[in-house]
Amino acid sequence: MDTHAHAEGSHAGASVGTNLAVWVGLVAITGLEVFLAYMELQPTVMLTVLVVLSVVKAGMIMSYFMHLKYEKFSLVLWLVPAMIFCICMMFIFFFPEAFRLLQMRPH
Amino acid sequence: MHEVKTESTLSSAWSGGGSPFAMGSKKLGMWLFIVSDTLTFSALLVTYSYSRLTNPDWPRPFPIHPAIIFSTTMTVVLLASSLTMVMAVMAAQRNDRKKAVLWILATMVGGLLFTGLHLTEWFNMITKEHFTITGNPDGTPLFGAVFFGITGLHMTHVMIGVIYLGIVAVGYGRGKFSAEDVEVNGLYWHFVDLVWMFVFPLIYLMSVKY
Repeated sequence: MDTHAHAEGSHAGASVGTNLAVWVGLVAITGLEVFLAYMELQPTVMLTVLVVLSVVKAGMIMSYFMHLKYEKFSLVLWLVPAMIFCICMMFIFFFPEAFRLLQMRPH
Repeated sequence: MHEVKTESTLSSAWSGGGSPFAMGSKKLGMWLFIVSDTLTFSALLVTYSYSRLTNPDWPRPFPIHPAIIFSTTMTVVLLASSLTMVMAVMAAQRNDRKKAVLWILATMVGGLLFTGLHLTEWFNMITKEHFTITGNPDGTPLFGAVFFGITGLHMTHVMIGVIYLGIVAVGYGRGKFSAEDVEVNGLYWHFVDLVWMFVFPLIYLMSVKY
């Protein structure tokens, strides 16, 4: 391991208190999700709410635990929009075609 | 942020300097792996979501007690192991090798506990409730394929992560690995946690038995 990469690899992240607060937040959102499971919502509504809450949790983990908040912003611009684009493409192409095929299914 | 005057910071990032993102190649490589693995899990979860919404006879094998309580415990265990990994990375950045190794070992315990709980759940589902990868008594056989497929792929990631943690703990403890290696290991572990943050609500909470 060369010292050059070592110096570059070590970033100052969030404090212990901040990480603990993020962890408590993650547990609280998990608790909220379990509470929603009691409410017997429609599957479509439930799926939408759960995906939104999961994206919030993923953002918290990436920003603080994975230090993305403390990396160069160009890294975020390089990784995150490309990833979101690919996932959106899955939804845009997959769902309409899948539901169309479902309607064509013989009853 | 701590800046070191190296080739990378002296030359413009956009002109293709030594390290445009101001990080070592291992860390950048791990980020690229995480992006590709995210797309693998995304494809599986999108496919699952479609199957879940379009099948009226989707099985609901998870009653709040004990199944959801059990899987919530698994989630908290995995989250706790992420926190211990954060502590390990912080200790490594302070060059406190002893504490870093102890925190990594604590993370491994969390990972092993999660795997043990998960295997117990699988065992009960297969032997007591007769859920298999190709069929089940409650509804569409697709359930087994997506449930065992997605949770199995995630559990494989956890087990590989525990082995990876063990290798890094030994290497870092002996002074062969650097703080960056611990941080890269941490990225992988947090990613495993992040994936579970989607698997738990989408697979378990979408199939609660009332």
